[in-house]
Amino acid sequence: MNARTIPIQPAGGGKSQAFEYLTTRKDELVGWARKFSIFPYPFVTACCAMEFMAVSSTPYDTDRFGAALPRFSPRQSDLLMVVGTISHKQAPILVKVWEQMCEPKWAMAFGACATSGGFYQNYAAVPGIDRLVPVDVYIPGCPPRPEMVIDGIMRLQDKIANSRHLIVNKDF
Amino acid sequence: MIQPDEFRIPNPVRPAFTRSDRDDTVIVSIGPSHPATHGTIQIFAELDGERIIRADVHCGYLHRGFEKECEDHTWHNLIPYLDRLNYCSPLINDFAYCDAVERMMGIEVTRRCLVLRTLLSEYSRLCDHITCIAASLMELGAMTAFLYLVMIRDYMYEHIAALTGARVTHSYGRIGGLARDLPPRWLERLGEILVQYEDFIGRVHGLVDRNRIFIDRMRDVGVLTKADALSYGYTGPMLRSTGLALDLRKDTPYLAYAELDFEVPVGIKGDNYDRYYVRMREMDESVHMIRQCVDMLPDGPINVDDRRCTLPEKKHVYGEIESLINHFKLVMEGPRVPAGEIYVAHEAANGELGFYLVSAGEGRPYKVHLRAPSFVHMGGAHTMIEGDQLADLVPTFGSINMIGGECDR
Amino acid sequence: MTNSGAEVFDRVRTRLAAKEEEESLAGTARSSTTVSHGILVVDLAPAAVEPAVRALRDEFGFDVFLDVTAVDWPGREPRFDVVWHFYSTQHKVRVRLKARVPASNPAVASLTGLYGSAAFMERECHDMYGIVFTGNADLRPILLYEGFVGHPLRKDYPKEREQPLVPLRDGNPGR
Repeated sequence: MNARTIPIQPAGGGKSQAFEYLTTRKDELVGWARKFSIFPYPFVTACCAMEFMAVSSTPYDTDRFGAALPRFSPRQSDLLMVVGTISHKQAPILVKVWEQMCEPKWAMAFGACATSGGFYQNYAAVPGIDRLVPVDVYIPGCPPRPEMVIDGIMRLQDKIANSRHLIVNKDF
Repeated sequence: MIQPDEFRIPNPVRPAFTRSDRDDTVIVSIGPSHPATHGTIQIFAELDGERIIRADVHCGYLHRGFEKECEDHTWHNLIPYLDRLNYCSPLINDFAYCDAVERMMGIEVTRRCLVLRTLLSEYSRLCDHITCIAASLMELGAMTAFLYLVMIRDYMYEHIAALTGARVTHSYGRIGGLARDLPPRWLERLGEILVQYEDFIGRVHGLVDRNRIFIDRMRDVGVLTKADALSYGYTGPMLRSTGLALDLRKDTPYLAYAELDFEVPVGIKGDNYDRYYVRMREMDESVHMIRQCVDMLPDGPINVDDRRCTLPEKKHVYGEIESLINHFKLVMEGPRVPAGEIYVAHEAANGELGFYLVSAGEGRPYKVHLRAPSFVHMGGAHTMIEGDQLADLVPTFGSINMIGGECDR
Repeated sequence: MTNSGAEVFDRVRTRLAAKEEEESLAGTARSSTTVSHGILVVDLAPAAVEPAVRALRDEFGFDVFLDVTAVDWPGREPRFDVVWHFYSTQHKVRVRLKARVPASNPAVASLTGLYGSAAFMERECHDMYGIVFTGNADLRPILLYEGFVGHPLRKDYPKEREQPLVPLRDGNPGR
């Protein structure tokens, strides 16, 4: 079970309304905290790196969203930003990094090549990283304008804010 | 992590050495997902303490099948693939390819196009060197310089987007000319940007040039000798940093370079500091060349009036049957390039960027091969890394300016 | 082209002709030279490549080995054209060497003993076309990966044939 996939619905099993209220407030609090402290792992390969550098610095600045500090260790990061084309040679590395990241984790497909393979429909490129890891937000563009990247980050933040965050056990 | 037996994550490469001869050394794999290796290079390094004794460099993690894709597209349709090669200076790739096809077809571009291509090549070179220096400085910890440089680069991106439509991957070159002419006030804004650029570069010089830490990390680190440079096929700023003044813009002039007045900066020792400084000086020369091009820019048409490659104007396409057919054939079949082969090299930001094109006489290329400077430089990178410490790998690698799209194609 | 460039082309041509006389490469096609778009193009027998390159480097000053690649002509026998480019920093000209090798034995001599840059470039040519460079002990895949079967730039390799290293998921975005 993970935070991303559980829809918010009334719980069965005799949980009281007070408990539900507490869980909702807890989810809002934890969601707020997690969405504003995203530590991206920039898995950077290709041209989208130029726009990634641009969006990390002035005037676009992901630091306003709390998502600026990259962590180059999968153990310390929670957002895998796949920036650029993933070739079949790179695919094992991507899967290994994804598997090494701890929950809660999200994946972002940054750019057309990460979303669908872009216009490299040949023997070398993986047709989209959702064939390798489950993706939370797709940012199209070749490369996407920094404004689109920020829009993607904000949509991811909405997704994080509206999901359930199980922090103690499978109910709470 | 325990892996189920039926699925083990396989290793895509075979390192040259897996066991060391001595029992006090460690073999580590640096990359391929690593901030300092620009995300696509893997280096197996045998370490004696902090010192790298042997290094085995692996590239190819960004191989996207550029050459195979080109064989499937017309001479014209493959232009977007060219920008994604050296994506820091995309216009240089565009123009080098268009130059090669034009020579094969025997087309001469108009004067305005020639000067504008020269101007934009130098503009792209500025963007590339800025990106290289910004990335290497950031990897050393100089975050302020990175932010200054990326800010000025952003102005340049927006400015080029006003001309070409895209910030990074422009696809602006066309066979026989360019995609469109300059928008109004573009040259004035260019002048403003160059003035701002000089201010920002002055600040970066002040922060870094005589900085004790910077000098300690870059001087005498990653030394490339002249003999090694020639043997391993180095060209561009890396070769010039060793002391050889070889620049295709001077030696075999193309575009409008024969008419421009510029110097070729060379280094002394071939170390990281020299490469940094050669790039900084090349940027100044580029600015000087851009200003000369702005003065030299004549009026006139952008595209050569040759129906073998230039799309006819829309009003003719809708009005005359000949233009309609011409347009149809150019788009569907591609411009017919006479059978033969050619090798044309331009001086890209990294060195000699060569296009070897083979045509079978059709509208599609038979073969498009790119002689990528970054790929060749990776072949000799181990000479610069071995003998230095592990932490020196970061500035050395940054100063090589390996661009994945170009290296792995 | 500069005067020094045209002059060095003439010297290379006479030298190659003389070389063939003295070495009498029996049973192999004679070389032919043309100048195409400013580059001297030399067609050679595969066996003559290594001594020719040595002469180019040592006697004529072609000190930069630019590139080696191949062209696949599937309807023709011999099938592959292996193409080398060299540049002279002294004379500022380029030379192209071409040799034809059959698909049954796509082997040419390796230039790793002469130029350091040959290592990576020959690996790439082997990866893409399957040309074997005898004398290069390290022909591991460089742009492709271990386990890739085939040579993608050959005309009979379909462009879309992927050989994934890890099993691909469904790609259904609704997690």
